[in-house]
This record gives sequence, structure tokens and C-alpha cells, in this order.
Amino acid sequence: MTCDWTAKLDRYLDSELSGSELKELEAHLVTCAPCAAGALSRLQAKRMNQAAGHRFSARPEFRLKIEQSIRPKKSLWWGIPAFATAAALVLILISGVIWMQRARSEQGLAELADLHVSALASPNPVDVVSSDRHTVKPWFQGKLPFSFNLPELQNTPFTLIGGRLAYFQQSPGAHLLFEIRKHQISVFIFQNRGEASQLSRGKPAFSSETWTEGGLRYYIIGDAAASDIHALSELLKNAARS
Amino acid sequence: MPLFASLYNMAHWLTQNQQEAEDLVQETYLKALKGFDSFQPGTNFRAWMYRILRNTFLTSRAGLSARMTVPLDLDEEAAAVPDTPESILLAEADQQLVREALDHLPVPYREVILLCDMEEMSYQEIAEAIGIPIGTVMSRLSRARQAMREFIGASK
Repeated sequence: MTCDWTAKLDRYLDSELSGSELKELEAHLVTCAPCAAGALSRLQAKRMNQAAGHRFSARPEFRLKIEQSIRPKKSLWWGIPAFATAAALVLILISGVIWMQRARSEQGLAELADLHVSALASPNPVDVVSSDRHTVKPWFQGKLPFSFNLPELQNTPFTLIGGRLAYFQQSPGAHLLFEIRKHQISVFIFQNRGEASQLSRGKPAFSSETWTEGGLRYYIIGDAAASDIHALSELLKNAARS
Repeated sequence: MPLFASLYNMAHWLTQNQQEAEDLVQETYLKALKGFDSFQPGTNFRAWMYRILRNTFLTSRAGLSARMTVPLDLDEEAAAVPDTPESILLAEADQQLVREALDHLPVPYREVILLCDMEEMSYQEIAEAIGIPIGTVMSRLSRARQAMREFIGASK
């Protein structure tokens, strides 16, 4: 078979033909059966060479040996991969943030506990003395930038003693004092600033809870049983929702 | 590790011996590391590595032996090759036969056909890797393919 294009079939299949030659040859292959057959056979041969060529694989231990031989010698410190260094830095950062948050929370708890204890130690623990919520709540109006509801305590073991103003982390709030079986419980209500002092940790002498409701942050702390603290917190939550 | 599997495979094809292939690959990487300053960014890294491998092979005992078997007309322009019913031959040829054909090729033919068909290098890359003109790459490829066809045809 003789055809001027036959000599270009290898270059065609090796993707070495220029744009114009490529178009001309492809047009020729449509009309020339011998060249089309030649191109097909060359393509098959090329594929078989490719498959047959991938024949030898190195031993894993040899690969390891080469990897070790070309690995740059590094000191222990500089040998730490960048991602490990970054991970360590992130870990240190997170640990620091957690430590700061915990320290701040514990500081907050200590402040509230101090407010609670100092109120109890004071000869005038509250500024408004009344067991009537309709007396205590209005007393705070005009003194605080927010208002709150107090629960109806009839048919409950709790008694409202009264209230006073309190300052916690540079914010004014309400400090309410309740009593249950001779145990005083302080309830602190402040505007919610998005972060809560974790009252559940530390200070085992006190039981405590905290929650947010209606944009306000509630803290409740006292030496009463945890169940009593929780019961009072439920009353306050229900009152806030009413 | 860049190109390790390809370089080892090629080294084994060139040396036809596992131990010599391992020595060749190890020396190639060491030379590449030592001479990395000579590599110009933007040029073909694969061709550069193959060139180191090939030059190392040619100066090895196996390489020197292989050079002695190079046909005298190796780099002459390939003559026009009449077509044969290759499609029938190659379709029937199994992989083992193709490998035997590659084994029987002189190293200069074997390396161009492997770089072109297996590594899918362009003629320009092959020219850089082997250090020969593109025209020589084309003529060697043509002769190598013709030799393959003849071996497979004779084996049938």
C-alpha cells in the first residue's frame, strides 16, 4: 500500500501533527481505508506497548530506602512538619482561650457568691423588703434598664424576702433574695451579654444555675439543695414567660 | 517521591536486572539532589530526571554493554516502511509477546518507544531526555516500531 499520508500516521497517533496537518489527515482517513486501517493498527500497538511497558515495580523496602536517603536531614525542631506546628499552635491558642474563659467564669462565680454572702452578712440584706412580688418588682422600675417578672409563690415552699440593686461585671441588675426552709437563695438578673459565668463548677458550698430568658441572664445561687434551686429556677422561668 | 515508579520501571527496562535497576535509580536520585541547582524552573522536570537516569545508565557497566549492541544505522533516516497486516498481527499478540519484543529491542529503540508510548512524552520531551534532535527521535521511533512489528510477525 502506498499513500503519502502513511508516513504521518505515527506522528498523528503521537499527537505531533500541527493543526492544519491534523485536519487534512483526519479528512483523508475518512476517504482512505488503508490509511484508516493503518492508523487503527498503530493505535492498538501503541496501547499494547503502553500496557506492556508498565512491567516492573520496585520493592517496598527499596522505595523506603530511597525515600530515607533523599530526605533532608533536619533538626528535631525544624523537622516538625508545618501542619503539626500549626496544629500545635492552634491547640495552644484553644487551650489559652478555654483557660481564660474558665478563669473568667470562675471569677464571675466568685463575684456572685461574694454578692450573695455579703447580702446575707449585711444587717440590711435587701433594700426593698417585701414578700409581695407586686411591691418588689415596681421598686426596680427606673433603676434598671430592663424589667422582669416574678413568680407567684403561693402554694410553694419559697418566700420572697426582697430585693436590691447589684452590679456584676460593670452591669446593673436585680438581686432578689428568696428563702426556703431557712436557706437564703439569691437570684441575680442582668441583661444578657452572650456569655454566661459557669455556675455549675467549683464553689461546692453553693448550688447554682444560670439561664437566659427574654434577653436577660439569670443567675441563682444559694446554700439550699440543688433541687430547691432548680425548683425556684423553674418558677422564675415560668414567670418570665407569662 | 516524584517519578519514582516510572523511573524504576524504566531503569529495569534499561538494565533488565533488578539489582542494577535499583542501583541506577538510587544513583539517579542522588545525582538529581546534588545537581538540583542545575535544574531550571519552568523547564521539563520529568525530561530532566529521565536524562539523569539515562546518562547514569549509559556510564554504568550495563549501559556500556548496551551501547556496544547499537545498530550501525541507528540514527540514519528511517526508510519508508511498507505496511503489513499489522492490525491482524497486533490484535493477536498478547502482552507477553509485546514484552518479549521490547526485550529484544536494542536499548536506544526500547527507550524511545517506552518514553513515547508508555510515558506519553512528546517528541520534544524525548529529545530533551535523551539529548538527541527531534528528527532522530522520530527516526528511532519509526525503526523501533518496525522492529516490534517484525518480531511479533516472526513469532506468529
